[in-house]
Amino acid sequence: MSTWGALVRKELLLEIRARESVPAMALFSVTTYVVFHFGLDRSSLDGDLASGVLWVTLLFAAMLGVNRLFVADREQGGFDGFLLAPVDRSALLLAKAASLFAYLVAVELVAIPAFAFLLLGPSPAQLLPELVGILLLANAGIAVIGTLASALAIQTTARDLIAPLVALPLLIPVVIAGARATTPLMLESGAEAVPAKWAAVLGLYDLVFALLAYAVFDFLLED
Amino acid sequence: MYGKGLRPLSIATCLTLTAAFALVFFYAPLDADQGFIQKIFYVHVPMAIVALGGFVAGAIMAVQHLRTGDRRWDLRSYVAIHLSLVLGVGVLVTGAIWAKAAWGHWWVWDEPTLVSFLIVFLLYATYQPLRFSIEDPERQARYASVFAVTAGAFVPLNFLAVRLAEQLTHPRVLGATGGSMPGEFRFTFLVALAGMVLLFVTLWKYEMASKHATAQLRSLRRKLGGEEALIPAGRSAAPSAGLPARPTAD
Repeated sequence: MSTWGALVRKELLLEIRARESVPAMALFSVTTYVVFHFGLDRSSLDGDLASGVLWVTLLFAAMLGVNRLFVADREQGGFDGFLLAPVDRSALLLAKAASLFAYLVAVELVAIPAFAFLLLGPSPAQLLPELVGILLLANAGIAVIGTLASALAIQTTARDLIAPLVALPLLIPVVIAGARATTPLMLESGAEAVPAKWAAVLGLYDLVFALLAYAVFDFLLED
Repeated sequence: MYGKGLRPLSIATCLTLTAAFALVFFYAPLDADQGFIQKIFYVHVPMAIVALGGFVAGAIMAVQHLRTGDRRWDLRSYVAIHLSLVLGVGVLVTGAIWAKAAWGHWWVWDEPTLVSFLIVFLLYATYQPLRFSIEDPERQARYASVFAVTAGAFVPLNFLAVRLAEQLTHPRVLGATGGSMPGEFRFTFLVALAGMVLLFVTLWKYEMASKHATAQLRSLRRKLGGEEALIPAGRSAAPSAGLPARPTAD
């Protein structure tokens, strides 16, 4: 637990001091809304279109964070330092996933209000509190898959290409479940109940891939 | 060692596939609804089942590689996934032809099985680039196995998510209810499936035998003429057949 805590602290401290990921991800999401505004030629969105735009934007913004996740460890010897320390290897997976989760929450704190302000037709008040729950479930899945894909890609010669190519198909179930779950919240006629099955799919997805990542992550560090 | 039993296996594959096609054209009745085009079903569905089975088999072999550290398992996993990818192209092409004939469109998005298959195919399409971009062969094998295990677990979960998302247009072939196929359809389908499984196993053994022979030839050349006689092997996505490309001190 203390190893994990120290690693998370290191990650967050690095991010607060260097600000490499979160500001870029937040800026990217706002820019993407502008792109969607012109691409779709609509001044306000509701229902499934709004939900789709939000999830695609969040997913692509997450890819920026995923690409950066292990760069400092590789280029500045973080991996060597970690491997020399007599600690459980899984702590790194847990710490990286937790940091990515924290980055995603931070990005959403900017991206969701910006979405409500720039594109969303219906009142943002009707999104709460269900949207928060769905986002947290989806963030957990994105964090686990993102960490795994990033660790897979970091040692390759084409890492910026490999990470999104691996992560995007793996995250399609998250987009399906997330977009379907939040569509009823964004209806022009007022929010409707979120179908429970989509929250269940997200939960199942998180559980399966968390266990899987825990089982295979060690093999990505053995050097 | 992979060449053993290859001849009877090839003969059995040819016979089963010939029998399957004979049954398809002369025994199975015409579909009341779709007519002749429905016969593509006997190629499309077995191919899809075998391709998905090959991906899962590749994942199981990758687990074996990670557990034992034996590089031959990585080679087996690679060959299985690689053949499944080839079959996957066939599945998408035959699926599109069938969709055009039966539903009037080349591609139907509200059709979960086709869409799930495309997602799985796109995921596995990154397997070769991933391998190719890792130079160290030992690390390449390890990372590819991690990928194969993750992707193998993704296959059923993805089918679940996509199926929940769409209404069902695609026929369920072997459902829990035992399917809705009459006896002749069912028998023909099972023979066609057996033929496709045999074809996959035969091709797998052929490729393994070929890779093994190439590796043995290289090692014999090295024994005869030393390092200079070897043409350096180019960088490749394919693993070497369990024998190190050059002697390593470990």
